[in-house]
Amino acid sequence: MTIELTVNGRRRSVEADPDAPLLWVLRDELNLTGTKFGCGVAACGACTVHLDGEPVRACQTALADAAGAEIATIEGVSGKAAEAVRAAWRELDVAQCGYCQSGQIMSAVALLESNPAPDDAAIDAHMSGNVCRCATYPRIRAAIHRAARMMEG
Amino acid sequence: MTVRTDRRGFLGLAAAAGAALAVGFDAQGALAAGAADAPGAAFNPFVRIAPDGAVTVIAKHFEMGQGASTGLATLVAEELGADWAQMRVAFAPADPSRYANLLFGTQGTGGSTAMANSWLQYRKAGAAAREMIRRAAAARWGVDPAELDIVEGQVRGAGRSAGLGEFAADAAALTPPAEPALKPASAFRLIGAPDLRRLDGPSKTDGTAEFAMDVKVPGMVWAVILRPPRHGARLTGFDAAGAEAVRGFVDARALPNGAGVAVYARSTWAAIKAREAIEARWDEAEAETRSTDRMEAEHLALLDAPTYQARGEAAQAAAALSGAARVVEADMLLPHLAHAPMEPLNCVIEPLEDGVLIHDGCQFPGLTQPIVAAVLGLRPEQVRIRTVFAGGSFGRRANPTSDYHVEAALAFAALGGKTPVKLIWTREDDLAGGYYRPMAAHRVRVGLDADGRVVGWDHRIAAQSIMKGTAFESVTVHDGVDHSSVEGAADTPYAIPAMSVGLSDWTSPIPVLWWRSVGHSHTAFAMETALDMAAEAAGRDPLELRLELLSGESDDHRRLSGVLRLAAEKAGWGAPLAAGRGRGLAAHKSFGSYVATVVEVTARDGRVRIDRVVCAVDCGTAINPDIVRAQVEGAVGFGIGHAMRNRITFDNGAVEQTNFPDYEPLRMGDIGAIEVHVAPSEAPPSGIGEPGTPPAAPALANAIAAATGVRPLKLPITRAGLSFA
Repeated sequence: MTIELTVNGRRRSVEADPDAPLLWVLRDELNLTGTKFGCGVAACGACTVHLDGEPVRACQTALADAAGAEIATIEGVSGKAAEAVRAAWRELDVAQCGYCQSGQIMSAVALLESNPAPDDAAIDAHMSGNVCRCATYPRIRAAIHRAARMMEG
Repeated sequence: MTVRTDRRGFLGLAAAAGAALAVGFDAQGALAAGAADAPGAAFNPFVRIAPDGAVTVIAKHFEMGQGASTGLATLVAEELGADWAQMRVAFAPADPSRYANLLFGTQGTGGSTAMANSWLQYRKAGAAAREMIRRAAAARWGVDPAELDIVEGQVRGAGRSAGLGEFAADAAALTPPAEPALKPASAFRLIGAPDLRRLDGPSKTDGTAEFAMDVKVPGMVWAVILRPPRHGARLTGFDAAGAEAVRGFVDARALPNGAGVAVYARSTWAAIKAREAIEARWDEAEAETRSTDRMEAEHLALLDAPTYQARGEAAQAAAALSGAARVVEADMLLPHLAHAPMEPLNCVIEPLEDGVLIHDGCQFPGLTQPIVAAVLGLRPEQVRIRTVFAGGSFGRRANPTSDYHVEAALAFAALGGKTPVKLIWTREDDLAGGYYRPMAAHRVRVGLDADGRVVGWDHRIAAQSIMKGTAFESVTVHDGVDHSSVEGAADTPYAIPAMSVGLSDWTSPIPVLWWRSVGHSHTAFAMETALDMAAEAAGRDPLELRLELLSGESDDHRRLSGVLRLAAEKAGWGAPLAAGRGRGLAAHKSFGSYVATVVEVTARDGRVRIDRVVCAVDCGTAINPDIVRAQVEGAVGFGIGHAMRNRITFDNGAVEQTNFPDYEPLRMGDIGAIEVHVAPSEAPPSGIGEPGTPPAAPALANAIAAATGVRPLKLPITRAGLSFA
C-alpha cells in the first residue's frame, strides 16, 4: 500500500507493507543510506533516527508507526545541538570506521536537546544503546561534553 | 567529502580540468610520472595533483577505521610540502602489480603493516612530485630550482609565490628524479603533528561516507544466503514455496557448491522475510557436531603431549622445572570469538562488458580478485574491484577463502550472471557464520628458584590452525608449527631461560581466522597471566619481575621495558589502593610495536568496575599521533570487551549466539577514559591497529586478581563468577 512519510522535512510516498521496518524503507526505497543496519533487533543503535524529535531504532519501527511523524535522519538532522555535535565529532576525530556514528550522533543530538549539560552518568545511560565495535566510547563521551560547551557559547 | 569513492571516478571517467600530474612507480619499482593516470597507464599512480591544487593520494590500503587513508596522505603531503586542506584520498583499484603491500607481495591490508610498508614508498612519491613541481616552476619563472621551496601548498622563492597545482601540467612533462631526497625527521611538519584531522572525519558525521552496504546499482537485486545450522553441512535440497507469498521475493537458487540457498528479492527486508519461509535439507555427515564443553576437554587433552615443538626443548624445560625451588602452573582456556564488525559483511557484484565489478570494503584485493575470477571463469584482471569504506573488520574482511565474495559471485552466477546482486549478511549470519578466532588452550609451568627468579618455562598450546590449508601456509607454517598459533609466546622478548613451547593442532570443520592481533590475542593472555602468577608466588612486584626479564641491551628489551616504565609511571604503579581495588599490568610486543597497559578496577560482591586504563605505546615514528592514540583506545576496548563477557559456543555443533544480546558488546558505560602515552621515537613506523589488543585482557585479569584474589584463567572473565558493573 501507499504510505506517506515526512522525512527531513520532505513529503515522501512509498509503496510498502505497513509492517515493514522504517530502516529498510529509508535505505532501500528512499536511498537515505546514512541510517545504518547493524543488528535488526534494536540492540546496537546504528539505525537511530528521530521521530518527532525522539530517538527511535528504525529497525524496530514499523512503517505505519512512522507515518504522520516528522522523521529526521543523519542526512537532515539540524539545529544547534546537531551542529555542535558534528563539530565536536570532527574536532575530536571520534569516528574510526564510522559505520555506527550516524546512530551515535542521532542519539547524542537527542540527548543534548533534552539535557544540554549531561554529566558522565547521563551520557552513559543515554548512549548505552549505541554500540561501537571500534570502541570509540571515550571520544564519544568527550565529544558530547565538548558539544554541550559549544552550545553554551 | 574528501575521500573520493564515486563510481565515475573509479571507472576513470572523471577528468579534472587541465592536465594533472600523476606520480607513481613502474613495475620494477622505479619512480614514474606522467599526465594521465587512466587504468593501463605504464606507471603506478600514487599521487595525482590537479591544476586546481587538489592533491589526491591513491590509497593502496583500505580504510576500516584504522586511519591508513589519512596516514598515507600524511606521508605524501609531508614530502610534497602540501597544505593539509588540499589533500584528498581515493582508493586504489585492484591491481596487485602496482599496489602490492610490500611486506606481503600482493595487494592487501592486514598484520598492522599499512604504514610500515608504505613509509618510504609514499614519501618517495611525494618527494618526486615536489621535485618535479619545483623544476617546472623554476623553468617558468626562469630561476634556479634551488631557489624555490614548497611550503603549505605554495611554491615560494625568487620573490614569487604560487599554488603548486599551477605547475602540475608542466611538471607532468618532466622526468621524475630517480632517488628524490627525503626530508630528515627534524624537518617534518605534518608527520607527528598533533592537530591533523582525519580526512574521512567529515563524511562520517553527515551520513555521506559510502560503505558497500550503501551501494545500489540499477537493476540490482538483494540477496541473502540460507546457510546450514552446522559448519561442514551440505545442501541436499530446499523448498521455496513459502517464499512466494513474500512481497518483493524474486527467486531462490541453490549455490552450486552446496553451501546454501541464495534468496533474491527487491529489498533487503523482502530477502530476509523470504529466507525465513524457505525449508532446506542438509547432509550433516561431515558437519561439526561437538559442543563447547567437549571441545574444551579435547583442547586440554592435547596439552598432555604436544605434536610440534615451536621453541626450545621439552626435556630441557622439564629438567629446569624439576630443579626449581617452586613451580607455578596453570591451564587456561580462551574461547572462540567473532569479529562482529558494525557493518555486517556484504558486497555488490555487477556485470561489465568484459567481466564484473565488485563494490566492497575490500581488505585483500590480491586474494579476492583471483579467487572470484576462478569462480566465474574469468581472468583476474576481468574482476574489477571498487573499494569503499569498510565498517570495521578486525580481520574478518581479509579471508584466504574470500568467503563472502565467493558467495556473492556464486549467487550472481546462479541467477544467470546478468543481474547485479547485492549480498547482505545479517547480524545473525555474522555470529553464526564461522571464521572465528580459534579456541585456544594453554598450559604454562613456570619454574622459580629460591630467590624468585624464573629458571624454566614449559608452555604448551592447543589451537586450531588458521593458516594450514590456505595460501599462507608456505610462509607461516614451518616443521608443522603454525607460527600464528604460537606467536607472542615462542618469540617472546622476555629473556626466559630453558623455555619450551609445544603446539598441538585441534581440527574441526568450523572455519577459523585471524582476529585483531591473531595469535597474540591468546598468547599474551597466557604469558602475562603466568608472569603475574609467578610474581605473586615469589612475593615479587609484577613490574620488577618483568623488568628483570627485559634487562638486556637489545632493541626489544629497551623498548618493551621502556613502555612498561612509562605506563607504570603514568598509572602511579605501586601507589597504595583502597580495599577492594586492584591494579594489573601487562606488556606485549606484536607487529613490531610495544604496548604496556595498566588497568585499575574496583570489585565489590563479585561485581567489577573498570576505573582506569593507562597505556604506553612505542610504535616507532607516530605518523599521526592522535590516530595512534585512537587505535590503542579502540584496541583496548576490543580486548577488554571480549575478555569481559564474550564467547561463541556450540551446542551439538550449532552456534548458540544469535545476535548482540547474547554476544553482548562493550558499551559506553563499561569503560571510562583510556589514557594513551606515545613514546617518542624516530624508528620507522611499526604496527598500531592491533598491538593495543594483546595486553588489554591480561592487564584486566591481573587487576581483578589483585583486587579479589580470584585469578581468571578461563575467558570470558564472567566464567570466574564475576560480573561487570
